[in-house]
Amino acid sequence: MKGGMTMAASTDATTSTTTDAAPSAPPPVRTGAGWSWTPYLLSLPGLALFAVLLLVPLLMTALLSLNSFSFYGGIQDVWRFDNYAEILADSYFHEVFLRTFRIAALVTLLCALLGAPQAYILRRMKAPWRGLCLLIVLGPLLISVVSRTLGWALLLGSTGLVNQGLMALGLVAEPIEFMYTETGVVIALTHVLVPFMVLSVWASLQRLDPQVENAALSLGAGPSTVLRRIVLPQIVPGILSGSIIVFALAASAFATPAIIGGRRLKVAATLAYDEFLNTLNWPLGATVAILLLLANIVIIVGCNRLVERRYKQVFE
Amino acid sequence: MPYLVLDKLTKRFTSWTAVDDLSLTVEKGELISLLGPSGCGKTTTLQMIAGFLDPNAGRITLDGQDLLAKKPNERGLGIVFQSYALFPHMTAAENVAFGLEMRGTSRADRDRMVAETLKLVGLDSYGDRYPRRMSGGQQQRVALARALVIKPHLLLLDEPLSNLDAKMREEMQIELRRIQRSVGTTMILVTHDQSEAMALSDRVVVMNKGRIQQVATPQEAYDRPANAFVANFLGRTNLLPGTVRQDAEGSSITVGDARWPVLQPVPPGPGALAVRPEKISFVAAAGLTGVVQARVFQGTQWLFEVETAAGRMMVIRQHDGSVLPNERERVMVGWRPEDMAVMPAQEAA
Repeated sequence: MKGGMTMAASTDATTSTTTDAAPSAPPPVRTGAGWSWTPYLLSLPGLALFAVLLLVPLLMTALLSLNSFSFYGGIQDVWRFDNYAEILADSYFHEVFLRTFRIAALVTLLCALLGAPQAYILRRMKAPWRGLCLLIVLGPLLISVVSRTLGWALLLGSTGLVNQGLMALGLVAEPIEFMYTETGVVIALTHVLVPFMVLSVWASLQRLDPQVENAALSLGAGPSTVLRRIVLPQIVPGILSGSIIVFALAASAFATPAIIGGRRLKVAATLAYDEFLNTLNWPLGATVAILLLLANIVIIVGCNRLVERRYKQVFE
Repeated sequence: MPYLVLDKLTKRFTSWTAVDDLSLTVEKGELISLLGPSGCGKTTTLQMIAGFLDPNAGRITLDGQDLLAKKPNERGLGIVFQSYALFPHMTAAENVAFGLEMRGTSRADRDRMVAETLKLVGLDSYGDRYPRRMSGGQQQRVALARALVIKPHLLLLDEPLSNLDAKMREEMQIELRRIQRSVGTTMILVTHDQSEAMALSDRVVVMNKGRIQQVATPQEAYDRPANAFVANFLGRTNLLPGTVRQDAEGSSITVGDARWPVLQPVPPGPGALAVRPEKISFVAAAGLTGVVQARVFQGTQWLFEVETAAGRMMVIRQHDGSVLPNERERVMVGWRPEDMAVMPAQEAA
């Protein structure tokens, strides 16, 4: 019996080494004599598109942010970090950026709290209802963000449906201020962005072996324990990638903060817009855009690292 | 006293009946296989015992207790899934410990039992590996350990070896049998692989289209299949139509130009006999005449195709140096009456 067991163990080792070795056997890029250009040539059209449409404009924006601006002379062709210094020193800009990321963080949290359970419930639904409900959840993506946001403006106004309903129920005495407040922006943005979270969690649920939940049940775990200990840890990657998408979109959202937040409640995107089109200070607008991009990258990469380390084995 | 009783179990889905009026009793400590082609209702039966599906009718009792009244997480059964269904975010040891944790076992006892069970399945040094870092065979053992560690009343195995390659499968069969002997758990194995069922089980339950075809020891089912389905499903067989007669000398069956005494009680009239290819030999007299159509060398044996008056037959002879007929040679084939199974014509359909 002991012999049988060691034999089995050694077979395991051989099978795993052969499967590991198999894919690395033909080297994909290096072919015998030297370097093969074929993969790079084949991806050239895609790379060219990427460079022309993304890298060049981005570079031009970065260069523009180094120029300076005066009301009478227009854009001056100088290369200085004055705009950056101005933004980093002025508390007005601090407030705008803080507000932007506060809204983005809140929206991300709300989307995770709403979207993850939504995706899980959708997956457990039976055939005809599942498709229908998925369509309802993803439906908002089919409507222009401007019309959706104007719809929220109608609902959230001081004489809008939400306030009328709350007052009719006697829950509030005076209408709550939704319009031109952060609360209103957060509500509308959450509605716009929650489908991205649902889709992302849905994708990670698809990879979940449905028998795993049954296995946990058979071992004596109650339904809530199964959710907490078995399902949730496995969909964390989905929640994380959903959060990255939602956070990035919320932090750079323009239409919703512009309509619900208005002129008074500025976020980074509306600030850049105003610098470009109202003040005509293009360099300052470009600086805001570049800083928004950098902050977004730092926050997203940082969070990603943190969660990836915590759930390492699930990501592999 | 029977340990597990399935009584008139029926499960209907919208368009078909997966399990139809199934009754079965299992003794304590027995290893019984549910064997059949895919869609025969064997997995559905297992899922009803596990509690993942509710039957439309029927009862299940385990040790005298009504199992259907309990939720799946209260049944205390061990289950090994076809996909193994390991928790990918937990190490092998954490996977095995999960069931004990749910039972509130103390930390010290838990660690001891996990170590013991991992040793039982031959994975002593793999406790801190994640399933992703293990081979199929190792994952399979973790799944087995996870189900065994809770000392289940009943262990359900759903096609546990089907994802392994042929060599691993044979090794795991021996391993499973050894573990079953040493822990003495009652086991129900679901499989479509007849050799696996034969190698492992005390009894096999051959199923087709939601109904039980035969319940017998593997040898009995192979040697004396209850009907044509069982005969064909368990290895290769020759099925020949004939006529059963009852006269002064007893019962007999006529097939083509030959006649054999029938040892089982079979009603007179149109019937059929099933005989395994390896039980047939070439005889000098009192046999069925035919012509060898083809002969194929297979190493340890020769395979013959013989055209007879009753139909085409397959004959297997050992490659032991004896003189064997050539192609297109007229031969006579025969077998011992106790090597054939005789059934009424409707069972042979």
